[in-house]
Amino acid sequence: MSLRSRLNLIIVQALIISLMLSLAGRLFYLQVAAGFKYQDAALSIQSRDVVSPAIRGAIVDSSGIPLVMDRPGMVISVDRSIIDKLPDGGRAVLARVAKLVGESEKSVFRGTRLCGELPEAQNAGCWRGTRFQPIPVTRTATNEQALKVLENSDLFPGINALSVPVRSYPSMAGENGAHVLGYLGSVNETDLQDISKNYFRNETIGKDGLEFEYDNFLRGKAGIKTVIVDRKEAVTSQGVSTKAVAGFNLVTNLDARLQAATENALANSVLRARSLGNRADGGAAIVMDVKSGKILALASYPTYDPNIWQVGLTQKQATDLFSEETGVPALNRALQGMYSPASTFKSVSVVAAMSAGYDMNAYYKCPAKVQIGDREFNNFQNKSQGTIKMREAIAVSCDTIWYQIAYDEWLRDGGLSPRSGLHDYFFTAARGFGLGKRTGIDLPSEASGRLPDRDWKKRFHEEYKDFYCNFKERAKKSDLNPYLIEIARENCLDGDKVRAGDAANFSIGQGDMLMTPIQMVQLYATIANGGTIFKPQIARAVIKPNGVVVKEYKAEVIAAQVLTKKADRFLKDALRAVVTEGTAEGIFSGFPISVSGKTGTGEDLGFNKDGTTKADTAWFASYAPYENPEYAVVMVVSQGGFGSSTSAVGVREIYSAIYGVTGNQINKAEEIFPNGIPNKLPKIDPKNAKLVLP
Amino acid sequence: MSIYSPNSRRDRARENFSQFDRILTFSVAALLIIGTLLVYAATKDWFANQGLDPEYYLKRHLVNILIGGLLAYGTTLIDYRLLRAYTPIVWALAVLGLVIVLIPGLGSEINGAQAWISFPGGFQIQPAELAKIAIIVGISMILAEKHDKDANPTDKDVMKALAIAAVPILLILRQPDLGTVVIISAAILTIIATSGAPTRWVVGLLVLAVIGGFTAIKTGVVSEYQVSRLQSFVDPSADPQATGYQLRQSRITIGSGGITGKGLFNGPQTNGRFVPEQQTDFIFTVAGEELGFIGSGFILLCYILFFIRAFTIARRTDDLFGRLVCVGVISWFAFQTFENIGMTMGMVPMTGVPLPFISYGGSSMFANLIGLGLIQNVHLRSR
Repeated sequence: MSLRSRLNLIIVQALIISLMLSLAGRLFYLQVAAGFKYQDAALSIQSRDVVSPAIRGAIVDSSGIPLVMDRPGMVISVDRSIIDKLPDGGRAVLARVAKLVGESEKSVFRGTRLCGELPEAQNAGCWRGTRFQPIPVTRTATNEQALKVLENSDLFPGINALSVPVRSYPSMAGENGAHVLGYLGSVNETDLQDISKNYFRNETIGKDGLEFEYDNFLRGKAGIKTVIVDRKEAVTSQGVSTKAVAGFNLVTNLDARLQAATENALANSVLRARSLGNRADGGAAIVMDVKSGKILALASYPTYDPNIWQVGLTQKQATDLFSEETGVPALNRALQGMYSPASTFKSVSVVAAMSAGYDMNAYYKCPAKVQIGDREFNNFQNKSQGTIKMREAIAVSCDTIWYQIAYDEWLRDGGLSPRSGLHDYFFTAARGFGLGKRTGIDLPSEASGRLPDRDWKKRFHEEYKDFYCNFKERAKKSDLNPYLIEIARENCLDGDKVRAGDAANFSIGQGDMLMTPIQMVQLYATIANGGTIFKPQIARAVIKPNGVVVKEYKAEVIAAQVLTKKADRFLKDALRAVVTEGTAEGIFSGFPISVSGKTGTGEDLGFNKDGTTKADTAWFASYAPYENPEYAVVMVVSQGGFGSSTSAVGVREIYSAIYGVTGNQINKAEEIFPNGIPNKLPKIDPKNAKLVLP
Repeated sequence: MSIYSPNSRRDRARENFSQFDRILTFSVAALLIIGTLLVYAATKDWFANQGLDPEYYLKRHLVNILIGGLLAYGTTLIDYRLLRAYTPIVWALAVLGLVIVLIPGLGSEINGAQAWISFPGGFQIQPAELAKIAIIVGISMILAEKHDKDANPTDKDVMKALAIAAVPILLILRQPDLGTVVIISAAILTIIATSGAPTRWVVGLLVLAVIGGFTAIKTGVVSEYQVSRLQSFVDPSADPQATGYQLRQSRITIGSGGITGKGLFNGPQTNGRFVPEQQTDFIFTVAGEELGFIGSGFILLCYILFFIRAFTIARRTDDLFGRLVCVGVISWFAFQTFENIGMTMGMVPMTGVPLPFISYGGSSMFANLIGLGLIQNVHLRSR
């Protein structure tokens, strides 16, 4: 044997033995060093958790009337992992299912696709869960339909029928409540990653409204049966199991009857506005207990039937919910709609003027127009009201007084080059009422409105100056009118500063100032109770099915004494005058309840899709009774026209319901809260609850 | 009437048997026994669940071992030096088989490789297994021929050897069965290195292998199926349902065995059939799960013993041809073992090669046992 040959033989031998030893090393790592990790992994491959959903808690009103509760239903679901393997991808089976449940093939097909599987334009109604969980086609199948599926498994491979609890809305007082209650949906990947929530696949969880906010209480604990399966998911042995624990019930401050009345009053107001030739594309109405922040009713228009979520959205329903053509019914305008507060904001301006030292008993000029810098600002409808006291100015809603005061104060603060030690009385007053911040109501997705103070101006300018300075290239063609071009030019130039016009507009709640209806009701409740800002609160308590109280929600004060005694007295007087001798006089004449309030007719400078300018926002913000305020009631109708004729009428309808007023007569027997706003917790028995009709 | 003759076939057989290398015989016997149990464990529940004969694979496996054993024994009967005469025939048969498998209708495709010839009655033959023997014996013959005891093969010899090997390799590459090509190439390389051929050949071929492998993937000579296998090795989550799934399941199955294993026939991963191809390419996972580190470590020990012993035989023989055959067979077994077990443990990309002496499969069992026979033959004739 040659030396080279011998040497190479040794190298080859060493190489091969070391290959074998490396296998041994890897084997040691897998089985000994990391063995536990892989044992866990193997267990999770072999074990399956069969989740049986718990009965979800009911949401009841303050007297125990169920607003939403679980009742038994029958679900027909599709198992994608099976039907996808069929030669036609399950098309034929889905067509049979569609026929069985009486829906269109397209709707069922889309409903069983993951959202990512469809082009974006066509993914309405798509499945937001995963491919591996049963996808419900309907939750309201009849027993016959279920039997057909179960008995003809050859015709319906991968289709299952199962009895499950279904969310139902008894609507005992005719209330809808879709926006407050919210809706449920299947757990999706993002939800599952939230370890703190401990969700299981196949679970249904709250996705919006109270169902979302209080999901942890309502949901209960799903029952888990762990089984060991093989690769084909055939069960080979049973593991441990835990029983489902029913969810807790949620008591709210809402009253089913008042909720129904508020929804009706809002809908009537919208329809009335439309009959007067306004577009009236949406609105909101809220009733709040001024002494605690309890929300007694909260409505948004347009609304939708909450049952559609449970039945399984058809594709048209899903499109409609978020479509602008239908007015985006899914949007809760009470917290998410932002509108110019207009004259309702003058209550804030009063506080500003008083802290600036203006005498509320003095006389002020209310001319038809005032000169602010290089521009003329007109009074509402170009009417001069002569020289009047401030009380009257509020009552008749004079604008020019405020333009002048705001302009004077703006000049005192240094005008376009603000001096140090700014007073900013108007911004300070608005901040004092918590405007520009969320109220903290216990519902998701609340908007914060907008307080266009100096900081905001700077931020906004930073963000948009590029757009305004290149308006002609960047703007939509439809926006290229001389007025908007001029505004853009000005915004480009000195949009980072509070200009004279901004200050004037702010004082009457116009310009960039925006408020949500929930902020408005909070503001007027604060005025009504003399200066305590309460957090608006819908939930009252969480109660176990056996009656044990888990949690109670008490009134929460955000800020106290935000009004001086003087301001309180003046506002009470002036806001009452609005109703007795001012802009709302006609609407409330003869009304037996002493309502105080303020109309607001907000200009919206935007345009509708068809290019028409937007109609005015109609506000009425109020409280009652004047003597000892209990309720704050606010209604807003966007593009609703006049605050008085549209919204004040609606608010009167709500007060009528509260106090049992018919034809200017109080019928004590029809009062909703004859013993005051309830504070005692009700007995909960959703199945046997009986409605006491006022 | 029988006349006693020390040279009667039976006596020669008895003599052979007692003179076989014991360590080789016992380590292979141990692997065969373990393999039989593992094949049974991998298929028993699976077939029983489908209402089929749970011993179907067991029986066929035992038949394969029996036939393979006879072939191995047969291989030891004739002096391996005389085997040279048969080499061209074996080579020609292997090449013919490799051509046939590529003809549509005659060859059948399993797992993306056109590697089998199916016969009526469910029998299948994989000519590539036969080709391994043909190539090893063939090039050993050429590199060992016509030389003085200490003379090294010339460039011409090496080129001749490579030409002999190239035909079947290219045919196997057409199937495509990359795993087998890698094993054969490794065996050729070690044979050339051990033959004493100029070092430039060894280095050159190594470089060529690296470049060749790289361009094969880049230019798409290697099928998409193989690229996806390679990719799923790099990133097992790239293709969770197919190859990546297999690799992950395979690793988990082995790891879950721990030190002592779940016990023979008691592996939940195995019985649930989470790992595909578990009686053939992924049989080591059964050992990993059911026999644990102790059992699978024992399997590795058997291989190591076998290789060390076979190397000793290779070193001991004076005959270059015998030595090269030994080294070729060792490399073949060793690289195939490394490729197979390494794949199941996620060390090397997925290739479809069986585990020598353990996996279910007739052709490879026959070829492995013939390979054992060749080494024993060298051992018998080198004393």
